[in-house]
Amino acid sequence: MPESIVCLEEVDVHLGDASILQNINLSIEAGEFIVILGPNGAGKTTLLKVLLGLVQPTSGRVQVLGSSPRRGQREIGYIPQHRDMDAEFGLRGRDLVAFGLDGHRWGIGLPSRSRREKIDRALKEVDALELAEAPFEQLSGGEQKRLLIAQALLTDPHLLLLDEPLADLDLAYQKETVALMDKVCRTRGVTVLLVSHDINPLLQATDRVLFIAHGHAAIGAPDEVITSATLTQLYRSPVEVVHTLGRYFVVGAEI
Amino acid sequence: MVAVVAAVLGYFLVVRGLSFAGHALSTIGFAGAAGAVLVGVPPVYGLMTFTVIASLAISLLGRDIRERDIATGVIMILALGFGVLFLSLYHGYAERAYSILFGTVVGISRSDVLLTALSGLGVLACLAAISRPLLFSSFDPELAETRGVPVTFLGGFFLVLVAITISITTQVVGILLIFALLIGPPATALRLLHQPMQVISLAVILGLAYTWLGILLGANSSWPVSFFITAFSFGVYLPVRLLSKRGLKRVEIAFGSERHA
Repeated sequence: MPESIVCLEEVDVHLGDASILQNINLSIEAGEFIVILGPNGAGKTTLLKVLLGLVQPTSGRVQVLGSSPRRGQREIGYIPQHRDMDAEFGLRGRDLVAFGLDGHRWGIGLPSRSRREKIDRALKEVDALELAEAPFEQLSGGEQKRLLIAQALLTDPHLLLLDEPLADLDLAYQKETVALMDKVCRTRGVTVLLVSHDINPLLQATDRVLFIAHGHAAIGAPDEVITSATLTQLYRSPVEVVHTLGRYFVVGAEI
Repeated sequence: MVAVVAAVLGYFLVVRGLSFAGHALSTIGFAGAAGAVLVGVPPVYGLMTFTVIASLAISLLGRDIRERDIATGVIMILALGFGVLFLSLYHGYAERAYSILFGTVVGISRSDVLLTALSGLGVLACLAAISRPLLFSSFDPELAETRGVPVTFLGGFFLVLVAITISITTQVVGILLIFALLIGPPATALRLLHQPMQVISLAVILGLAYTWLGILLGANSSWPVSFFITAFSFGVYLPVRLLSKRGLKRVEIAFGSERHA
């Protein structure tokens, strides 16, 4: 039996009075590329936060990389949802990637050769060496995303959590970003959990889909989960799925 | 010394979007200084007490940015009220209060100088110790938290450092003109450079230059030193802001990424 990286059994999550997730059961194996789909507010980000140890489940058992979730775990790389990066930080691409290496440590962080080499290697892996000296806030969304992936990879994670990495990227950058994440997943054997609103740009890379709606979840191969029957059951209202031209179109519900 | 500390700290202040809190803390400091004058101790003690308490209150009340600005404003108004009260109770030399508001470089006692130097060194040492996780948590608080950085603690501790810095900066430029040394040099430097260490170094140089030139010119004329310092600070910031290379840089990068794609 393959090793299970993430394992949830009968997990319930409440935030305040609101019930966010109910009776979630799932098991994810090493090296899988999982796409998490679902409407806004369905609990996709909350699920990632449970895995990161930022949110405590109300009941149930959560195992991540063989232990309970806790903060500061270097084996998990995380890229939060994109927010406005308008503020000026005076940071170069290189400085940003360096946070992944030692941003949590005290002190100023003096430059050293081995530090520089590690950062260069990570930059090279995401094909972003030419962005190393550029000011971060002046880069495009796709370039920023590549640097953030490099930052997350610096700790050599076994598990990579990405919250809507494709949002506000145009098609060309979406393609590029998906190809990059696919490469990282396959060559490093990293397990990827990726939140998205659209499965289509990700189909080539996806092993399984985790669909969350109204606090419930279904997991399986895309053509098992993204069906009229499964989604109608999750949304508790009629949903029609059209699978054509190698793309999925969901009618009657918002993803 | 004051210029150096203010410039280094100001970088983090600007980066964290806290310039308003910086201004508010200095206004709050006015109340503290007025109170100190009233009871007859050196103003710097009153400044420290009030600003440190206020910075703790701000960091406890204001978690996210919008809340924080409101909390800051409310506390600032309360402190201003106290300041007015203390001043009206104090029937001595209005000169003292005046010097708190607008600063006097020459009117500082020996013990003030010692206290300033010591607390300045202390602030720099503390800042050096927390600089990396502080920058990380300024950039992305959520990510920093998942990596085990004590984000809330750092935010509060940083504001306390700001409070102490304001208390010592005030003696040079005065409470109302704090922008000159705390925000001006780093804001200018951020427009020109894009690397934390370089930005901080340039801010320090600018801060020192403003102060020395201000003192030099102030000593040779009847105009106050703080006027010269603020005039330099703004006079350099404005053209840099207007002429910064950002417009040009954007074009360059657009070309760069096209080539890449």
